[in-house]
Amino acid sequence: MLGFLKNPVVITAEINMNLMALIVMGLISRLWGLSYPRAVVFDEVYYGQFVSLYMKRIFFVDDSGPPFGHMLLALGGYLGGFDGNFLWNRIGAEYSMNVPVWSLRLLPALAGALCVPLAYQILVELQFSHCAALGAALLILLENSLITQSRFMLLESILIFFILLAVLSYLKFYNLQRHSSFSGSWWFWLLLTGVACSCAVGVKYMGLFTYMLLLAVAGLHFWHMIGDQNLSNVSLMCHFLARGLALIIIPVAIYLSFFYVHLTLLYRSGPHDQIMTSAFQASLEGGLARITQGQPLEVAYGSQITLRNVLGKPMQCWLHSHKNTYPIRYENGRGSSHQQQVTCYPFKDVNNWWIVKDPGMQQLVVSNPPRPVRHGHIVQLVHGITTRYLNTHDVAAPLSPHSQEVSCYIDYNISMPAQNLWRVEIVNRESDTDVWKTILSEVRFVHVNTSAVLKASGFIGASLPEWGYRQLEVVGEKMSKGYHQSMVWNVEEHRYGKSQEQKEREVELHSPTQMDISKNLSFMAKFTELQWKILTLKNEDTEHKYSSSALDWITMDTNIAYWLHPTSGAQIHLLGNVATWTSANVAALVYMCLSLWYLIRRRRKIYDIPEDAWQLWVSAGGICVGGWAVNYLPFFLMEKTLFLYHYLPALTFQILLVPIVLQHLSDHLCRSLLLKSMFSALIIAWFSSVYLVYCTFSPVTYGEPSLSVTELKDLRWKDSWNILIRKQ
Amino acid sequence: WDETHFGKMGSYYINRTFFFDVHPPLGKMLIGLAGYLSGYDGTFPFQKPGDRYEQHNYVGMRGFCAFLGSCLVPFAYLTVLELSKSLPAALLTAFILIFDTGCITLSQYILLDPILMFFLLGAVLSMVKCNSCADRPFSASWWFWLSLTGVNLAGAMGVKFVGLFVVLLVGLNTIYDLWDLLGNLSLSLVVFGKHLLARVLCLILLPLALYTAMFAVHFTVLNKSGPGDGFFSSAFQSQLIGNNLYNVSVPEHLAYGSVVTMKNLRMAGGYLHSHWHLYPEGIGARQQQVTAYLHKDLNNLWIIKKHDSDTADLSDPSSPVEFVRHGDIIRLEHKETSRNLHSHQHEAPLTRKHFQVTGYGINGTGDSNDFWQIEVVGRKAGKLIKVLRSQVRLTHVATGCILGSSGKTLPKWGWEQVEVTCTPYLKETPNSLWNFEDHINPKLPNISLDVLKPSFAEILLESHMVMIRGNSGLKPKDNEVTSKPWHWPINYQGLRFSGVNETDYRVYLLGNPVIWWLNLVSIGLYLLMAVSTAVTLKRGVQLTSELKELSRVVLRGGGQITLGWLLHYLPFFMMGRVLYFHHYFPAMLFSSMLTGITWDTLLKFCAGFLSPSPTARRVYGGGFLTLVLLIMYSFYLFHPLSYGMIGPMASDPSSPMAGLRWMDSWEF
Repeated sequence: MLGFLKNPVVITAEINMNLMALIVMGLISRLWGLSYPRAVVFDEVYYGQFVSLYMKRIFFVDDSGPPFGHMLLALGGYLGGFDGNFLWNRIGAEYSMNVPVWSLRLLPALAGALCVPLAYQILVELQFSHCAALGAALLILLENSLITQSRFMLLESILIFFILLAVLSYLKFYNLQRHSSFSGSWWFWLLLTGVACSCAVGVKYMGLFTYMLLLAVAGLHFWHMIGDQNLSNVSLMCHFLARGLALIIIPVAIYLSFFYVHLTLLYRSGPHDQIMTSAFQASLEGGLARITQGQPLEVAYGSQITLRNVLGKPMQCWLHSHKNTYPIRYENGRGSSHQQQVTCYPFKDVNNWWIVKDPGMQQLVVSNPPRPVRHGHIVQLVHGITTRYLNTHDVAAPLSPHSQEVSCYIDYNISMPAQNLWRVEIVNRESDTDVWKTILSEVRFVHVNTSAVLKASGFIGASLPEWGYRQLEVVGEKMSKGYHQSMVWNVEEHRYGKSQEQKEREVELHSPTQMDISKNLSFMAKFTELQWKILTLKNEDTEHKYSSSALDWITMDTNIAYWLHPTSGAQIHLLGNVATWTSANVAALVYMCLSLWYLIRRRRKIYDIPEDAWQLWVSAGGICVGGWAVNYLPFFLMEKTLFLYHYLPALTFQILLVPIVLQHLSDHLCRSLLLKSMFSALIIAWFSSVYLVYCTFSPVTYGEPSLSVTELKDLRWKDSWNILIRKQ
Repeated sequence: WDETHFGKMGSYYINRTFFFDVHPPLGKMLIGLAGYLSGYDGTFPFQKPGDRYEQHNYVGMRGFCAFLGSCLVPFAYLTVLELSKSLPAALLTAFILIFDTGCITLSQYILLDPILMFFLLGAVLSMVKCNSCADRPFSASWWFWLSLTGVNLAGAMGVKFVGLFVVLLVGLNTIYDLWDLLGNLSLSLVVFGKHLLARVLCLILLPLALYTAMFAVHFTVLNKSGPGDGFFSSAFQSQLIGNNLYNVSVPEHLAYGSVVTMKNLRMAGGYLHSHWHLYPEGIGARQQQVTAYLHKDLNNLWIIKKHDSDTADLSDPSSPVEFVRHGDIIRLEHKETSRNLHSHQHEAPLTRKHFQVTGYGINGTGDSNDFWQIEVVGRKAGKLIKVLRSQVRLTHVATGCILGSSGKTLPKWGWEQVEVTCTPYLKETPNSLWNFEDHINPKLPNISLDVLKPSFAEILLESHMVMIRGNSGLKPKDNEVTSKPWHWPINYQGLRFSGVNETDYRVYLLGNPVIWWLNLVSIGLYLLMAVSTAVTLKRGVQLTSELKELSRVVLRGGGQITLGWLLHYLPFFMMGRVLYFHHYFPAMLFSSMLTGITWDTLLKFCAGFLSPSPTARRVYGGGFLTLVLLIMYSFYLFHPLSYGMIGPMASDPSSPMAGLRWMDSWEF
């Protein structure tokens, strides 16, 4: 109480001027002239549309990654007052005045700028000298590819920032571990590790690699702790639980919260609706929800329904029939039943309506009270407009001769009896007496006579020829092997039929559905569905002009042209600093060779370097070489289209290794003073060459100033680089 | 079922016709050999599953596979015995393998899997034996087991590429071993060098030599042209008797008016092909299809013409021969349909970013989109173009794109031939390079092409490339229900071997569920045990010597086996190709051995707690007896799966198997 009267309040601030200077330089290098060019640059065209959709609160699915990165970009747009009205259709298109270019690009640029001090701190925490740390930071600062990538509305710089943050906070945590476990700052850095990891994963799935690396490192460190006999079992358990909480449970929770925010923000229906299930669509405002709002939940005998195929590939479609019949003979000479066609039709149509009928009764209206249909019940499906019964029989289907034809039965009196009984099997039932529910239930229709299952053929090219109006084929699948989505249907639109007369019923079918009850999916159900779609949705394998293979990256045999000025020769490329890339490669090679050498020698009990230097060497290498390997090697196994920018996280780790190796060399291998000073001179020469290369390539990094044709030609250091030269 | 496949290949060996398969040749050679020795004459066509063998002598081939399959039991027994030094553990493993319906079914038929598993377990057994000889290195038995490991490795690799995983297992084990030796300061570096050399010799050089020898035998035996020709390059085909390139003599330089076939240079690339059928509506322009086709066919013939004039008829002997030169602009006319090779700015059917290639024009008159510039890779303008040896690129004059084959298979409308496109991306890949194979021009003198003869190393490399490509080409089609790796250990779904209908004699490949689920539980138990043992040791708890021995078995012996299981199981999660249930069986062998070790140590631990009371022995013995009886009873229940079932399907409640259909996904 009132202690400040006795002792003055003193605030001592320690400011590391190195760090400050680095931050300032990082900000300058990344933020300078940020809103130039005022045009769509490369993948901004891709991320921009999502930002627009966020602004308009329209739901979308992006298979390239989780939503956190998109959300951060959108935050920039939100702060800049972007209304989302811009057509993202072409790289190089001029931005209109309502697009706040500067604030859209601000967050990635800030993240990129902060990577510089982070690199410095990481090396300090790895117990290397401030000189080495400064070197690492400067290398990151002068790396052209990192600058280019962070100056636009792209996600890599944010990803790298979170990755480095995670590594740094783990190192801080580990260094605190020795003397002050369970202190406030210990908890802070441990929790920050978890948070940064989940943010990295939330930006791009690539973050998962670093997360795994950190988990492995943490596991290894804990394994050493197990061997420490000074620790009691109880405190060991506490350590274990703390790590489990911070490194596994909290990241998962945060990851879920990203999706929660994503789904809360995007509540309107939009262009990607049809990828999702009917239930999901119904939870969005507008779109399907407007139609299904207020439908009766339980399907009853006499219900009028439309049936949507759950697969939704190649496009969503509904069970459909129309007056036309199958041709007597197909083009290849096979015969058909000549009965009414049944197809799967990708558009809403009055012919998509079917009526559920009890085989034992004649009426086509819902009785009062309604008798709900349950799992295992046998029903007939009557086509609403033509009042014919859904039927299948042992006739080969038009396109898939191994399956049965499905038709609407016409009695030609040719001893081909109607086989129109179907058993309703609810796939996602909880008990065997479940009621068939609108939208929610996924249903299989099993034919009673032949036990074939109603199926939409669903492969590309399964559209019927001219006579079937190019609609999709529907068949009875005899070999109903297990569960496949193409055999499962759900009711989408639904109402209780009221009119017994055919004419009235047609009027009824044409009128829109109206009634009300609302359905809401739980967050977890939505999350699982969305996550599953993101992981399984595959874009068609696209070839891109600037796509490259993982092997090209290491030597930088490829570049990406980001932008070209519409008139002058000014252009922006993703091109690394050649000197840095080469030295990073050399450093990695030297590190591996030296490690192997030391390792074998140590095994024979020959110790070249002191034990603590060896520990330092191993832990630094574990982080840097490990980080490089986990962020690079998996790309060899991936089959998607790869670009040079996928290598940047790995490159960052590799760059951190350079000063580590250099310091080790000068400390332990340069024994004499003369050698040491020569080595320093060499380093200075090398460093100025890095700076020189940075300056040389800065015109294509910043897009200014515009270069002449000869200057551009001079920049083409490698034949495989694609520098754009305007024809005169 | 797959007997049609491998039986047929056995026949090919007996008939000495060349074929192509995605697996290396050893397994099929052994099947062929077994068939040959047992008097099978190679005439059975192996057309489709379920065909009767009639009078053909197939028992030899089946017997051979079954014999190898039954060798698995003693191998596993010996391995476990060596690792755990415990008879009950070894017996348990043996019982599991004897009474597993899946193993029985799989080794009863002419398949590669029993052969693969034989070599695989053989390699593991000899590796383990060799490890236990480690105390007397360079003794006769040590050399014997070491080289036997090498031989078995070569065998495993030679049957299927899955053998690579066991090579990895042995490799890791050897590295661990060497690392141990390196740390042993009582050994001088010279001795260590000897150890290293011995292992390099036996585990790398010996298998490599055997593996190459195997291919040498393969190519010598198969010297007649057969169905696999089209997969290989022109040079390769010239080696096969009966192939039209064998001892061929053709005019050397390409001239206008010549009739040629063009082969894509990518591995397993096809011939440039066209036919009367048009591209269907909605896919580019409705013009004649141009595809790449792997088989030889009259529709592969094209006539080279000048772009501006119809070259004089070949029948006119007076007109001088004019050679095609590098950089010339030419027109290619399809011989059968007289349409020109044509491209335009419509998107290609599958590769949307490329341009469509069609056949266009009537009787050779088309438009300027039919002009192609012909260039030889690495040559200067004006040079002549050689048949077979020149690698040629065709550039479309109007759009600047390059003729190439994308390697994707067209849907039904394109007869499942390979797509041909014109790619605007000017990258140098074999996809966009072609060579001329046949060349008919009566006005030019023929030369013999023995120069072409590839060396053995080239053949070896090429056949591997083709195999790898073939393997990765086995992608599941859209919507095809395929088996997923996570299905396997839980025995989710089997594989129908023969018989579909109620009246047929049906065999269904499905593991004995009791055994498989026991295996699954044992893996969990083992992990629990291994972690707790490792932590206990790390915490420095003092153990009795008995427990120490047990923990050594758990960590070292069990560890090796677990590593084997992981290596044979996890990689399948990353494979893009079509997977089948039987791919799990190598991993299943390891998991059975692990079960034996796990239960033995677990019961010993339990007994150890109870000792010295007399119940200890009873618990131990009783536990084993229960397990064995359980296994035998379950075999009694499920044996019809592998020995054949007749009668209604199990989904029908009246079937005798109805009560055994424990999972809905089983279809017997």
